[in-house]
Amino acid sequence: MARLNTPEELEKFRQEIVSKRDPNRSCISICAGAGCLASGSSEVMGAFKAEIKKQGLTTDVDTKGTGCPGFCERGPVVVIYPEEICYLQVTPEDVSEIISQTIKEKKVVDRLLYVEPTTGEKATHESDIPFYKHQERNLICNNIKIDSKSIDDYLAINGYSALAKVLSRMTSEEVVEEIKKSNLRGRGGGGFQTGRKWEGSRNAPEKIKYVIVNADEGDPGAFMDRALLEGNPHSILEGLIIGGYAIGSHEGYIYVRQEYPLAVENITLAVKQAEAYGFLGENILGSGFDFFVKVHRGAGAFVCGESSALMTALEGRVGEPRPKYIHSNIKGLWNKPSVLNNVETWANVPLIINKGADWFSQIGTKGSKGTKIFSLVGKIINTGLVEVHMGITLRDIIYKIGGGIPGGKKFKAVQTGGPSGGCIPTELLDLKVDFDELTKAGSMMGSGGMIVMDEDTCMVDVARYFIHFLTDESCGKCLPCREGLRQMDKILTNITKGKGKVGDIELLEELAETAIEASLCALGKSAPNPFLSTIHYFRDEYEAHIKDKRCPALFCKDLIAYYIDPDKCQACMICLKKCPVEAIDGGKKKIHIIDQEKCTNCGICFEVCPSRFNAVKKISGEPVPPPIPEEERIIIKKSKEK
Amino acid sequence: MSEIRLQIDGKEVTAKEGMTILEAAQSAGISIPTLCHHEKLEPFGGCRICIVEIEVRGWTKLVVSCVYLVEENLVVRTRSEKIDRIRKTLVELLLAHAPDSPQLQALALEYGADKDRFEKDASFCIHCGLCVRYCAEVKKKNAVGFVDRGIRKEIVFIPEIAAKECNRCKECFSLCPTSYLQAAFVLTEALAFPRASSQARCPG
Repeated sequence: MARLNTPEELEKFRQEIVSKRDPNRSCISICAGAGCLASGSSEVMGAFKAEIKKQGLTTDVDTKGTGCPGFCERGPVVVIYPEEICYLQVTPEDVSEIISQTIKEKKVVDRLLYVEPTTGEKATHESDIPFYKHQERNLICNNIKIDSKSIDDYLAINGYSALAKVLSRMTSEEVVEEIKKSNLRGRGGGGFQTGRKWEGSRNAPEKIKYVIVNADEGDPGAFMDRALLEGNPHSILEGLIIGGYAIGSHEGYIYVRQEYPLAVENITLAVKQAEAYGFLGENILGSGFDFFVKVHRGAGAFVCGESSALMTALEGRVGEPRPKYIHSNIKGLWNKPSVLNNVETWANVPLIINKGADWFSQIGTKGSKGTKIFSLVGKIINTGLVEVHMGITLRDIIYKIGGGIPGGKKFKAVQTGGPSGGCIPTELLDLKVDFDELTKAGSMMGSGGMIVMDEDTCMVDVARYFIHFLTDESCGKCLPCREGLRQMDKILTNITKGKGKVGDIELLEELAETAIEASLCALGKSAPNPFLSTIHYFRDEYEAHIKDKRCPALFCKDLIAYYIDPDKCQACMICLKKCPVEAIDGGKKKIHIIDQEKCTNCGICFEVCPSRFNAVKKISGEPVPPPIPEEERIIIKKSKEK
Repeated sequence: MSEIRLQIDGKEVTAKEGMTILEAAQSAGISIPTLCHHEKLEPFGGCRICIVEIEVRGWTKLVVSCVYLVEENLVVRTRSEKIDRIRKTLVELLLAHAPDSPQLQALALEYGADKDRFEKDASFCIHCGLCVRYCAEVKKKNAVGFVDRGIRKEIVFIPEIAAKECNRCKECFSLCPTSYLQAAFVLTEALAFPRASSQARCPG
């Protein structure tokens, strides 16, 4: 491929690509994102290719491995073009039927369609599925339109046109102004105004400046950056090059975590392709602007998602945040002005340039513009990635898009913003999701993790889990984070084990204050949030653990006991046989009793007891009723009575 | 370098541009407690004991004085109820590791810290990094370094360098607030490069 030397050459080349493509030609696109790969999409792809060959359709049908469409719960996701028929949970066994029915006969295979659980209605197209219908997909929508390894596919959907526009028709100042006007705020956690960050760097006197992609996504349960990097790497690269042009930088870095091998592979390939086409290198599209990009693989420290720690790691040193009180857009990487933005922020840039700041800023709320991708996980029916406009309510995300809580359980809380976010309770389900509202509720936007919790979730244990995670990920440089979180972790663990003491809550509050006020970086400053938000909304649960040694959610192992209700036990022997520690005494027609001394609270008896008997009970904070006398354990008498 | 005027604890102080609040305070005879600070070393900002309250353009915030640079008309308070409370907690957190450290005991007395507030943990090192940074920045030897991360982080002598450099230097020994450094050195020495005399005494 020869370099494209002018915007005109790019347009001509784009037309060539588009003209060669027949919009009516059949194309089978299969999600090749990490989620669907895990559920077997590469086998499905292999089966499609083999079947196409077998049926002699090689010249008539294309296959495409696309990025993640978001509906990971029902993967592997397959979409058949041009009809846009969406099949879910496709297995290699379904392939020959799809080829012979849908491709050859143009018939829909009903059994692979989405079925609405409440009405039983089937949805043929993606856009008919409620999970997608209520989203506003500006960024992630392109994931399924393109082969994530093909730059031509990206060009076919107008890729790099924003770069061409910027280089040929806009001054760097105009680009910064456009981003400022859009009110785009950083998608990585802080929510800082992107345009202002760029302006600071642009105005800095130094000649050498850097632009950096923060792709060190490390929040448990978050995978939106991963999906973008894997699915549409060129959109991020295009944003980065535009950012470089805007601030006067000629060197960019993509800091991507090593644990995302496919993301590393796809973005590295994208950089090579962009170099070959002339979107990177010297004199890009004849503009005189030079820009080079390096991909740096992160070594797996959560703290390196923090901007100054990331830059320290890029410099080749231990990834610890630096203590200086100066913004990195003024003195960042190697002490040069450096604009660091999150993957999703960069991906928004070409959109804003192409569609305009006015278009962008009409989406969303007063303080938060545009759309945001959330990874919706936990106790939710439709796990996956959802892109919604800022200002949508939590209720809409969880019920309309997420489909509600599985198993008929009650919603209890949603944790937003990653490990250092907070838990938002039922009373606030109508909260409009944006940067400021989430902060007001004691949580944060963070990078967009959303973990849904049901009534069986113990909120003290949730706080313990996240504080433990952060203790583990603390870099250890500053005392309030390293030692303070360690003590918080210990105290919270004790509370969940029934060893909580009066005064623990106050001590936790004091440690939280110290961490917030005195920690060096944002990790420590925000780390107490999981505790603070749960103590605010669920104080009664803490008190029950500490004072009554009771876990209201019946979750904390050390505070619960299993007990077989003698009036309900049918002596079916199931639990008795399944108990791994032989703690259940009984026999045929002899009511079972759990030996509390031997019981390890594993809960297997509770799970296996047939629901029609429902004899095994989980109790907390009350003594286990004494076993019934031996002579009353014979079951014949009971059945006769019935 | 231009002169900068600021106010620390109500006192007008003149400082040079580029000075930290801590340096400005020290030059004016105002004391701010420190643990990880050393005048020969780059600001580290690890122990956070030197935290102070500042007022800039109507905003009040807490910053660590060993890193924050002086600004014209800056108003600094080195003590307040909140600062004292935070320092007390910080000292208590460290006393769990090194209850006998004289420096920590003095701070405990000043801020009313209870050495038994947190469960003891016999790891002694308080991660001030003085030894590591002194060896790297002043001696340029890097004979001692940090390994691992977070609560598992510890100081370790690098035997190959320590064997050659440490016995004739040991300048870091006196910097250590808890004497843990000496213990770490003696252990490394015994394991990696025992002295001839100790080898001779060792039977077998």
